[in-house]
Amino acid sequence: MNNNLVQYIFSIADNSLILGQRLGELCGHGPSLETDIAMTNISLDLFGQVRSYYQYAAKLIGDDATEDTIAFLRKERDYKNVLLVEQPNRDFAYSIGRQFLFDVYHLLLLQELQNSSDATLSAIAKKSIKEVSYHTRFSSDWIRRLGDGTEESHNRIQTALNDLWVFTEELFHQTNAEKAMVSEGIGVDVSQLKEAFYKKVNTILEESTLQTPNIEYFQKGGKQGIHSEHMGYILTELQYMQRTYPNMTW
Amino acid sequence: MKNWPLWEVFIRSKNGLEHRHCGSLHASDATMALENARDVYTRRMEGVSIWVVPSAQITASNPEDSAELFEPAKDKAYRHPTFYELPDELKHM
Repeated sequence: MNNNLVQYIFSIADNSLILGQRLGELCGHGPSLETDIAMTNISLDLFGQVRSYYQYAAKLIGDDATEDTIAFLRKERDYKNVLLVEQPNRDFAYSIGRQFLFDVYHLLLLQELQNSSDATLSAIAKKSIKEVSYHTRFSSDWIRRLGDGTEESHNRIQTALNDLWVFTEELFHQTNAEKAMVSEGIGVDVSQLKEAFYKKVNTILEESTLQTPNIEYFQKGGKQGIHSEHMGYILTELQYMQRTYPNMTW
Repeated sequence: MKNWPLWEVFIRSKNGLEHRHCGSLHASDATMALENARDVYTRRMEGVSIWVVPSAQITASNPEDSAELFEPAKDKAYRHPTFYELPDELKHM
């Protein structure tokens, strides 16, 4: 088994799993029927992508691994998602801010992953790119509406972005597994996406009359499995059914 | 969001078919109405094209006038083109 490849797949797929779970929390709780459905649609798109990645990883791991054991039965440290996606839905502005920052990154990543020498990863990227293009459109639109909306909405989205900004640098931090995959032509060198990411984000923030946060210190750790305190709560909810009723199916 | 106006949504299910009214939703402007319509009404591949129209732009007949508007047509069966003799070769009329 190519452990670096498995870890690399986790580092991509776990982002979508945890963000999908966060968005799923909004089901029935969105600010309006229309935005509620929009956010949970995005959640389901992400889960669909996750399944393709985990099915591939399960094949590589062999033994009794399945997409479900990977999704539901790993320990916290084995999840390799970035800290950004575990951040809670404090209000609609936080959910949109988190979504926007992740979508811009996600689209850049998939555009490069299409060229992977790994045929499966390339195929998943090609299939996901249409969905993620729409996610980016949806979240960018909402950044503009909130930023250039009322004083209240402007302040809320600015506060959310200020708080979430500390998690942006981690997106471009390379783990050892990623470096190994880049050298084999399979992985994407995320450090190369950084400039395009901040450029795109800054352009939209400017259009939205929002300030780009300016900070010196950035937080990271999720990609190494060192998560924020939120992660335990997310996994408790995510894993509850499989842990309580092992091997249950719907 | 309480102030968002209402929009009527029309979906074309296939190329060549007409847009049909499928429901309504709230949105602050036309762009958002289109995106909301996409999310609310086309999640199960219901359509290939969407129209949205501000509900306020639709002038509707008054239900109280139904008697004078529609009932006079009831006993005028001769207005249906069903009395023509059609050649057998002509199908799907």
